[in-house]
Amino acid sequence: MAEIIANEGGGKKGKRRSKKHSTHIDMTPMVDLACLLLTFFMLTTAFSKPKVMEIVLPDPKDKTKPPQISEARTMNFILDEQSKVYLYNGMIHPEKGSPELIETNFSKDGVRKILLQRNKEVFNKIETLREGVVKGTIKLNRDSISSREKGIKRDDKTGPIVLIKATDKVKYGDIVNMIDEMAIANVGHYAIVKMSPQEQKLLDTKKGIVPDKKTKK
Amino acid sequence: MSKIKLPSVPPRIDMTPMVDLFFLLLTFFMLTTSFKPQEAKPIDTPQSVSEKLTPEKNVITVLISKDDKVFFNIDNGGDSTMHVRRKVLTEISKYFRIPFTPEQIKKFEGLASFGMPIKNLGAWIDSSDPKERDAMQVGMPIDSLDNQLERWVLFARNINPIADAAIKGDGEADYKVVKRVLDIMQTININRFNLTTTLNKVEVKIQK
Repeated sequence: MAEIIANEGGGKKGKRRSKKHSTHIDMTPMVDLACLLLTFFMLTTAFSKPKVMEIVLPDPKDKTKPPQISEARTMNFILDEQSKVYLYNGMIHPEKGSPELIETNFSKDGVRKILLQRNKEVFNKIETLREGVVKGTIKLNRDSISSREKGIKRDDKTGPIVLIKATDKVKYGDIVNMIDEMAIANVGHYAIVKMSPQEQKLLDTKKGIVPDKKTKK
Repeated sequence: MSKIKLPSVPPRIDMTPMVDLFFLLLTFFMLTTSFKPQEAKPIDTPQSVSEKLTPEKNVITVLISKDDKVFFNIDNGGDSTMHVRRKVLTEISKYFRIPFTPEQIKKFEGLASFGMPIKNLGAWIDSSDPKERDAMQVGMPIDSLDNQLERWVLFARNINPIADAAIKGDGEADYKVVKRVLDIMQTININRFNLTTTLNKVEVKIQK
């Protein structure tokens, strides 16, 4: 723009020397607009697409008897509303007295450590499979890797069988966390089940809640 | 000493490379952006290690917000000729005996998730004020007496049988509500769910 003004001011001699000037188009407005649009698109673009975690729940109409599971392999995780996790092994036998609840949480040294230790064998098997694929010693395509992993999980006879139980007020995020821990530790057998009254009682005593208060609710 | 003569013309910077770059980036972002209609409520999904991508087509989504409200969404199917949303609304309108005008049905096709009793749906479709529309999103009725979510999912599933079920719940939502939604879906024989999460990679090693 400055050019044009200088041109008019300096045009004393009457003759226009338009040829001397190269055709300069002022690109500033265009650049402004391009910059604006660029910023807009950069800000609105979402790069991380949402992922999904697949779960399959047992068909409630399926009337076949649930499979008997080994008590020694059973681990019960009770989730509560404060994102705490209570764990006990095996089953509750009222005549033998109540099992001890172990309090843990979703940190790195919490549920994950416990599960990894219990599920070492399967975890290591899957880990060697994955390492082999990365190094190129095992040549498989994506689908067969995951089906191989599923096979390892299904065939395992020693790892834990995890029962996830939740109190009424537990947050959805915690349930997802818990299922996620299963995926991290490669636990093959887990289920979300209803909490029994005995377990509620156990939890209340652990937390020091007087049972009378509970019944008033 | 002679004075140094300053050039009277201001120095000109060649902006061409910069502009070139701008346009390149602009083109890139314009082509990669896909616009989505706005969701009923912002939902902060929990994190997981799962790397499976959310299907973009053929998916029935049930959204559960922080304040435990339930919303429903379905896409138009694999290609635009399927008109899934249009057909679902037509069926629903027949079932609940609530008529919708052809314009409303057409407009509904371009909309996203919604959650309100069926009798308010028409007003929501017609409304163009964003605030008013937000206020109408009161959540889908899921009580056993007035279980409209079940009907929506059922008709959606009938019209698009290959549609997968996805649950997009907020991490702060109550599990009770999520459980209720899962139970509803299970009554109509949907037992496989995709829980929408955001990726959070975790490295785990066992010390040997």
